[in-house]
Amino acid sequence: MAETRRPKLAVWKFSSCDGCQLSLLDCELELLAVAEAVEIAYFLEATRTVGKGPYDLSLVEGSITTPHDVQRIGEVRRQSKLLVTIGACATAGGIQALRNFKDIKGFIDRVYAHPEYIEALATSTAIADHVTVDFELRGCPINKNQLLELLSALLNRRKPNIPTYAECIECKTRGTVCVMVAKGEPCLGPVVQAGCGNLCPAQGRGCYGCFGPLGNLPNTAALTAQFAAMGMDRRDIQRRFRSFNANAQAFRKESEAYDD
Amino acid sequence: MAPSIGAKVVLLREDLDRLIAELRERGYVVIGPTLGEGAILYEEVTSSGDLPAGWSDVAEAAAYRLQEGADRRLFGYSLAAQGWKRHLYPPRQRLFLAERAGRGFRLSSGEADGAPMALLGVRACELAAIQIQDRVFTKEGFTEPGYAGRRRAAFIVAVECGRAAATCFCASAGTGPAVGPGYDLLLNEMIDGDAHRFLATAGSDNGAAILGGLSCRPPTAAELSSAAAQPAAAAAQQQRRISADAAGVLTRAAESPHWEAVSKRCLTCGNCTMVCPTCFCTTVEDITDLSGDIAERWRQWDSCFTIDYSYIHGGSVRQSGAARYRQWITHKLASWHRQFGSSGCVGCGRCIAWCPVGIDITAELHALEQAEQVSKGGDNGAD
Ligand code: SF4
Ligand code: SF4
Ligand code: SF4
Ligand code: SF4
Repeated sequence: MAETRRPKLAVWKFSSCDGCQLSLLDCELELLAVAEAVEIAYFLEATRTVGKGPYDLSLVEGSITTPHDVQRIGEVRRQSKLLVTIGACATAGGIQALRNFKDIKGFIDRVYAHPEYIEALATSTAIADHVTVDFELRGCPINKNQLLELLSALLNRRKPNIPTYAECIECKTRGTVCVMVAKGEPCLGPVVQAGCGNLCPAQGRGCYGCFGPLGNLPNTAALTAQFAAMGMDRRDIQRRFRSFNANAQAFRKESEAYDD
Repeated sequence: MAPSIGAKVVLLREDLDRLIAELRERGYVVIGPTLGEGAILYEEVTSSGDLPAGWSDVAEAAAYRLQEGADRRLFGYSLAAQGWKRHLYPPRQRLFLAERAGRGFRLSSGEADGAPMALLGVRACELAAIQIQDRVFTKEGFTEPGYAGRRRAAFIVAVECGRAAATCFCASAGTGPAVGPGYDLLLNEMIDGDAHRFLATAGSDNGAAILGGLSCRPPTAAELSSAAAQPAAAAAQQQRRISADAAGVLTRAAESPHWEAVSKRCLTCGNCTMVCPTCFCTTVEDITDLSGDIAERWRQWDSCFTIDYSYIHGGSVRQSGAARYRQWITHKLASWHRQFGSSGCVGCGRCIAWCPVGIDITAELHALEQAEQVSKGGDNGAD
């Protein structure tokens, strides 16, 4: 690695809960090494000091939900050499994209005393729907080991080892007994990208799909047919696909197939 | 007189603890069946108390359940969720570690080999699968040192099946239920009223020496015939079978419309390849730390169902589920013969039980065979 200048890192927040940014602070032991390897130029969650752009790497958390967000993400993109989205909000629209299936005006009228002050888009969308994204880290929240792996890969100019296979492979390599087969417990794992570290199946529960759909069009229809055969009703099946990654294309299509 | 290869003696239920203790005494880590997460798992055992006394498994396509049996059999189940592959060829192995040293770097090899393993409870199909992986990993000129080392050091205690699961088809695959040569010790578990004992057969000098140390009595004629009847009983229970012409059927089916039909059901999750005791594919990952002072190379199980598996410059060769399912079954049942001189399927049925949607390799083969016959029939009619 060239010793000349540490790459400048910026961390941006859009509509989100901050959980993914916190994964960076959660790196604890490795955090010092991160701070040595990169100049943390913009990271309001951690420091009020603001270093000026352009930035070598921008980590973007959160989805686009207001007209102001649309304008701001354009500015972030212009100031960033590499833009990496972190988490389900930035990558798929997040849990707040549930509004995409409903009329947002109804929500605003019910929740706010003065709805006229609220300026919100009708949808919550992924960063990639607005600007070019160089890499996506999935998860709700992201896995800090994947974040460190991505940073190490970028710093050392190598390919990041971020798997694109199904969560099932994490079960089998860890030795977790399949909850679908051994317990008849519905699990999204076969259509979900691995990466969480096998959190739910290792606890004997089905996968909730935090890491979003498997690339290359997962066969969600075959899985929901199996859910139905296991006795789940249409509403429950639809709900499985309506969570953190509800607006990811494959999940949106599958849940819409269960609109009655 | 010290027993020799082929010698048979009778071990009582309590002698099994002496056997485990003797193996441990000789430095083996004993891996055997245990209960965990609603399934049988092959894990370290230190006494017969760790074994699943009285438990059995019921397997069907996409379903596996434990069930309490009528007696206190220790080996009354058919198969663990995963086979011995994860012990002989672990899912993740570090191949080397490189550390920056001055202007160069220092290399150290992968991980040190652990203690030798004694595999307790290897079924006929599983021994056949290990022997297939032997051909894959210890082929002349292509030896995988980690596997070869663990395998050479391993002591195999086979246990013959007296029952079969609904997913088993070793009889038609030609690998069981009778255990073939290659074990160190073979056990047949027998319960007759209060009498719970094992017929033990030595299959190697090592196995004979261990039996000698246990000083047990020879079997009676009744015990010998009771043990001999077990594999036949297990074979009679088998409901699934695989066609003897599987390789031919698949070779002719490359363009079959059936692949599209399977791909409607297949999740491309890769579970079938992961649980298959002969599948051997892996991928290699290079990792570094943040500073770039440490680099490591790891090997991890892979599957021909992952999209990255067939990735070459420009994209993945096998994009569709149809292409990936065809690759798996054709490699297992057809091209394996040309590559390694046998089928790649031992008939354990794990891929059927542990497929989350219950896709059945025997049923898919049968469907291809039927389709071929129908189209042949059609040709004849047109003549
Ligand atoms: S528990 Fe879920 S993720 Fe794991 S193998 Fe089964 S279906 Fe796949
Ligand atoms: S293909 Fe299926 S039945 Fe055959 S050895 Fe592999 S897991 Fe067992
Ligand atoms: S079936 Fe697939 S995973 Fe198994 S050995 Fe063949 S190519 Fe590899
Ligand atoms: S056959 Fe079953 S286990 Fe294998 S990839 Fe398809 S769905 Fe998964």
